[in-house]
Amino acid sequence: MITRDQSEGASRREFLKMLGGGLLVVLVTRDALAAPALGARLTEAAPGAPQIPEDVNAWLHIDHNGAVTVFTGKVEFGQGIRTSLAQEVAEELRVPLSSIRLVMGDTMLTPFDMGTFGSRSTPQMGTQLRKVAATARERLVALAGARWHVDHGGLTAADGRVTDPRTGHSLRYGELTAGRAITATVSDDVALTPKPHWTVAGTSAPRVGARDLVTGRHQYTSDMRVPNMQYAKMLRAPSLGATLASLDASAAQTMPGVVVTRDGDFVGVTAPSAAAAAKALGALRATWTPAPGAAPSSRDIYDYLRHTPAQEAGPGHEGGSTEPFERGDVTAALAAAPHRLTQSYTVAYIAHVPLEPRAALAQFTHEAGGDRLTVWTGTQRPFAVRDQVAQAVAMPNDRVRVIVPDTGSGYGGKHTGEAAVEAARLAQRIGRPVKLVWTREEEFRWAYFRPAGVIDVDAGVDANGLITAWTFDNYNSGPAAIRPWYAIANQRVTFHPSVSPLRQGSYRALAATANHFARESHVSELARMVEMDPVAFRLKNIDDPRLRDVLQKAADRFGWPGSNRQAGHGVGVACGFEKGGYVATCAEVSVDRGSGEVRIVRAVTAFDCGAIVNPDGLRNQISGALVQGIGGALFESIEFDHGVIRNAHLAEYRVPRFSDVPAIDVVLVDRPDEPSMGAGEAPIMALAPAVAAAIFEATGVRLRALPMAPTGIKFAAASGAGSR
Amino acid sequence: MRIDLDVNGSRHSVDIDPSQTLLDVLRDELGLTGTKYGCGEGRCGACMVLVGSHAVASCTVPAQSAAGAKITTIEGLEHDGHLHPVQQAFLDEQAFQCAYCTPGMIMAGVALLRANPQPTAGEIAQGLETNVCRCGTYPRIVAAVRRAAAAGGGESRP
Repeated sequence: MITRDQSEGASRREFLKMLGGGLLVVLVTRDALAAPALGARLTEAAPGAPQIPEDVNAWLHIDHNGAVTVFTGKVEFGQGIRTSLAQEVAEELRVPLSSIRLVMGDTMLTPFDMGTFGSRSTPQMGTQLRKVAATARERLVALAGARWHVDHGGLTAADGRVTDPRTGHSLRYGELTAGRAITATVSDDVALTPKPHWTVAGTSAPRVGARDLVTGRHQYTSDMRVPNMQYAKMLRAPSLGATLASLDASAAQTMPGVVVTRDGDFVGVTAPSAAAAAKALGALRATWTPAPGAAPSSRDIYDYLRHTPAQEAGPGHEGGSTEPFERGDVTAALAAAPHRLTQSYTVAYIAHVPLEPRAALAQFTHEAGGDRLTVWTGTQRPFAVRDQVAQAVAMPNDRVRVIVPDTGSGYGGKHTGEAAVEAARLAQRIGRPVKLVWTREEEFRWAYFRPAGVIDVDAGVDANGLITAWTFDNYNSGPAAIRPWYAIANQRVTFHPSVSPLRQGSYRALAATANHFARESHVSELARMVEMDPVAFRLKNIDDPRLRDVLQKAADRFGWPGSNRQAGHGVGVACGFEKGGYVATCAEVSVDRGSGEVRIVRAVTAFDCGAIVNPDGLRNQISGALVQGIGGALFESIEFDHGVIRNAHLAEYRVPRFSDVPAIDVVLVDRPDEPSMGAGEAPIMALAPAVAAAIFEATGVRLRALPMAPTGIKFAAASGAGSR
Repeated sequence: MRIDLDVNGSRHSVDIDPSQTLLDVLRDELGLTGTKYGCGEGRCGACMVLVGSHAVASCTVPAQSAAGAKITTIEGLEHDGHLHPVQQAFLDEQAFQCAYCTPGMIMAGVALLRANPQPTAGEIAQGLETNVCRCGTYPRIVAAVRRAAAAGGGESRP
């Protein structure tokens, strides 16, 4: 928990005054840890001035009409968290889902939050909001007991009311505060409703606000408009790292309403319309000096990454450490193993391609206390972007407010605030609001990528089919899910960060996808080496009962391994664990012997992420992750040369489309007694290795590079057994 | 230059720059922001509108060439508070995640059903191949278009 500064507290206090009377419940992380007293600590303050402690992590307000407003720094990017969090609050508060409004991702109104990533929203924010809501319910019941002079143990809370079944007395939540402003804080031991008693959480509630999504009424950042707003375009370098040598802006500056802003290499134009801004940009005459030195290209990237170590991990390398993990004596175990297999795997840089490109609208307002800046932008880390923007325009953090409208996706690709900073700098310069929407090409060239990487695996298996030795060296992909969950006595697992020629960062599931591809591909090869069925081989080497269970369930639903396979078809399996999610995928592919085209025909995924909050939303996430995974598995790859991205258009960068989608079957494994975990990431991990194994069965070709078949499989070159 | 556009049954006289696409004019001049920018080169379908009965990528259409044509955007599908059957089917199937592609998908679905009121799943996939859903909700979108077809979504509407 990061402590808010005092000035930020000031703007929040202004906001709390606006809330007026009612019940305010806050979750205080640091205080809750430090406080010896258990149970809700209550403060009653004068109306209009609720007292609120520092270090708040979540809060909820019930006004005198019973309207419930929940404040969380998480953001909605299509994953459905606005709905599932509201379900959890409705459950604990005993109110209809429709009475709850979530204010999300607004740095003035919502508590500090690190960001929406890492599959943390459900396990962390979901649990916190349940505690907040449960505390509110307990407090309302206590207020009713006091009002009616009865023991509150006999009172019931349901449908937004507290009722005394003995007397028939009943009051709505909004009436119970009787105009006072009451603040309650939550302690960690507040009792939560167990899943078997859930009636709102645990159901397939439709997405909140969905009607506006099908009518086009929902306003994404790129759709927003404010009076006097100007449209912006940024001048971009022709290659990565190039510096601006000269700029002739004279033609652009004579265009009506156009302002050219230059600050070093930062050059932007603003104009009264998007078309005028584009024209002005086209009229700029710039010369550039390329970055010095030779830059690697996508053809030699893997050698480069293997031989160019970085001092420390960087963006995209989250989810683990650079410390090697060692167990047992791996050198001796490898030497002693009767079966041994050494292979290398590679994964390419890939782009997130969020359908809504980066966008921001920046507006300065002049107020008594000084200028304020509001920036609407689609970022997964609104508080970090606020700080970034404040620094760029040299204003204190508390004078900058970042608001994140529900956004057109991110997949880990919108952790940063490029468009927000650019729009804010231009708005500051011209003294008018500025909207900047990146083009698709800018998104390809100037956002960041999933890291490329190389993974070397060396493993030994004993005569009984037990994996006895395992070394795993990952160059630059990242350390997420790098350690095997196979029960292997002797291991050495190391992540080696590299210097990356391309800007890299977070991507859905981080390196768990790369590490699962290498690990599970290797395990499938080991199984074949010892002539065991790949499901049976895995079950022999996995202890974790939940992982065994998803594997068995996926295999059962798939009808593993099946018989009477059509010519050119093959099946494969893979499984894994990450961020509290257990996943297993079985896939069937068909390969056209003539064209080499690979099609995924069928995919079955079993997934366990604990107690399910919204089954339909979960199915949507799992199925969507599989589809997105097809791209990285088969054909997505960023091509680059001399610091230039060569496929910066959708015509050249192939993403999965309707015709790429197999028959998908999702098996949900609900665990009512286990905590609810996130599901946005782990379901993507097992697809690529399952498909790799299926391609091998269909063709006899082992593919150890992602993407596996951007232009189909070349049978002649592969000659049966080699990697590409 | 000034052109007349017939959008969602209303006539708009708009002063445009010849460089502007139909997408630019719809969004920036007429404020019809339900139609989205996705790629600017007709490869993602986020900007699809109906010109007559055909779904076209409005980012590739020069605005002046759309003058006089009957244009329908996502905002023009709802009538008297009633969703178009394809919109309703997307809701019923929850056929979206971030939903940025949804307006374009719905317009493509409406055009498909006008041409082929009872398409197979394969024909839907083929008909919507231009449209990208990066969140990967394709199976639900196919199900939604089938549901709309069953509900009579292929009727000819203004």
